[in-house]
Amino acid sequence: MGVPLLEVKDLKKYFVIKKGKEGKEIRVKAVDNIDLKFNKGEIVGLVGESGCGKSTLGRAMLKLHEATAGQILFKGEDITHYNQNQMRPLREKMQLIFQDPYASLNPRKIIMQSVMAPLNVGKKYTKEEKKQKVISILNEVGLSEKFLEKYPHEMSGGQRQRVVIARALINNPELVICDEPVSALDASVRSQVLNLLKDLKKERDLTYVFISHDLSVVEYLCDKVAVMYLGRIVEYADKKQLFHNPLHPYTQALLSSIPVPDIHTKKSEIILQGEVPSPLNPPKGCLFSTRCLYATEKCKTESPILTETKNLEGNKRKVACFRY
Amino acid sequence: MRHHYKNQAIKKFLYDKKAMLGLFIVLFLVCAVLIIPLIMDLDPYTTDKMAGFGKPPSKTHILGTDDVGRDLFARLLYGGRISLFVGIASTLVSVIIGIPLGLIAGYFRGAAESIIMRIADAFMSFPAMVLILVLVAVFGPSILTVTVVIGVLGWTAIAKLIYGNVLSIREKDFIEASRAVGMKNTSIIIWDILPNAIPPVWANISFRVAGGILTESSLSFLGMGVQTPQASWGNIIYAAQNLLVLTARPWVWIPSGICIILVVVGFNFIGEGVRDALDPKTK
Repeated sequence: MGVPLLEVKDLKKYFVIKKGKEGKEIRVKAVDNIDLKFNKGEIVGLVGESGCGKSTLGRAMLKLHEATAGQILFKGEDITHYNQNQMRPLREKMQLIFQDPYASLNPRKIIMQSVMAPLNVGKKYTKEEKKQKVISILNEVGLSEKFLEKYPHEMSGGQRQRVVIARALINNPELVICDEPVSALDASVRSQVLNLLKDLKKERDLTYVFISHDLSVVEYLCDKVAVMYLGRIVEYADKKQLFHNPLHPYTQALLSSIPVPDIHTKKSEIILQGEVPSPLNPPKGCLFSTRCLYATEKCKTESPILTETKNLEGNKRKVACFRY
Repeated sequence: MRHHYKNQAIKKFLYDKKAMLGLFIVLFLVCAVLIIPLIMDLDPYTTDKMAGFGKPPSKTHILGTDDVGRDLFARLLYGGRISLFVGIASTLVSVIIGIPLGLIAGYFRGAAESIIMRIADAFMSFPAMVLILVLVAVFGPSILTVTVVIGVLGWTAIAKLIYGNVLSIREKDFIEASRAVGMKNTSIIIWDILPNAIPPVWANISFRVAGGILTESSLSFLGMGVQTPQASWGNIIYAAQNLLVLTARPWVWIPSGICIILVVVGFNFIGEGVRDALDPKTK
């Protein structure tokens, strides 16, 4: 396989909470030491509980947040230190779909204006061309022309999310970061939007980074899954491997929490003890050691790094745990 | 059909009875003070010795005369020109300074925010009247000085209101979406922020017109505003500070008072109407 579409190397994003005396800063390590590759055509799921840094990672990869350290490579091009003007032509190629379709559309613009906005940036098209493009992309996401002059508040959540998808796709991006795109939607609409994303991916040969806390959605859609805990990736594997044989204790606990729609099935659910530690004051050693069933003395002092392991069939996967 | 959505706002405004009433009041007053003096032979400055001082309305002076025998109807109209000009122009000055500064402070935060907001605090912590008096004393009392000074001192309230709105709007996802497609900061401010930040400020802007008229009145009273013999609604009313005028000669101050109230009400109705018309959520 050639150069990955997007690659992040040792990416860090720390937020300074408070500036203390003598230059000491209190920082939250929202994203820490992330190494990930996204190959063209893949759907990579990014899962973890709320506050674990998945959205921050997504935004840092798009350079909506300035990275604290590390590298971001888009098609092998180092864009880590690109400024706004240098990023502008690349923005067409990487887009973002938001969680809350009620907040991600300007309430005072009609749908045509919102969807057209990305076309105005490059100034490549005439008015008529822009309108045609808007109509065709709206049709593609399943909305008719009659929505052109509607305001967001006149539409349902599912329709709005289709508009958000249309806006993200109108410039033919290659990479789309979906930040919990269906979490705010009703269950009935959720599957429609998921199928739409799946179809669009096939038709347009898209690459998705799919951020979600909903494991069933990730299982349905993704090829590979990265599990995040407190800003770090604890496990990275193909979907099948991860769901059939989770290695990391945190992944095991997450997977056992998926509800099964059958009251007769008895599950051995792993219930994690305690709360997620505050990212302001993370535990020493392995970040998960405070809640891990298998934690040893070593876990409490040393931090495991994400290393590649092979299973019996020789499939490669990565996990950050001393047990493997 | 093309720009149907833009006509919608105009249509909403035209069907809004209150807004139409406000527009009618304001246009009526503006037309009256501009046109009537051209048609009728009115003299706001000379004393009519025949009619006498402080006389009630009569055939020759339909609103009576003031305490030096000048025709009050003429003074009401000529004074209206000045009062309306001061009110509207000073508001424009405030808006032109306040809106951009509020937008910049709220959107960029950081140094711009600190500088602009601290200057605003400094402006607000001075007693405005004292500051106005000093500035008018320095630049000399004239209609233009008064207008500019009132306008310049009025920017803080508008800037703070806009700034507060921008702080909440800038965190919305649709701003991030615009940044994600590569829109420039200036486009984001004009396209995304401004239309969402202005509506709550409309009421303040419309009150400001009346406020300008009243401030000018106070200045006139203190001898720092419009200079006699020129008239303004404010300095006509301030003649009623005298108890004799207030109680025994209501024809002196009632018409000017009514005019000021009408302007306040008129601009408020227009302000509310514009706000509702621009809000896509109202029908």
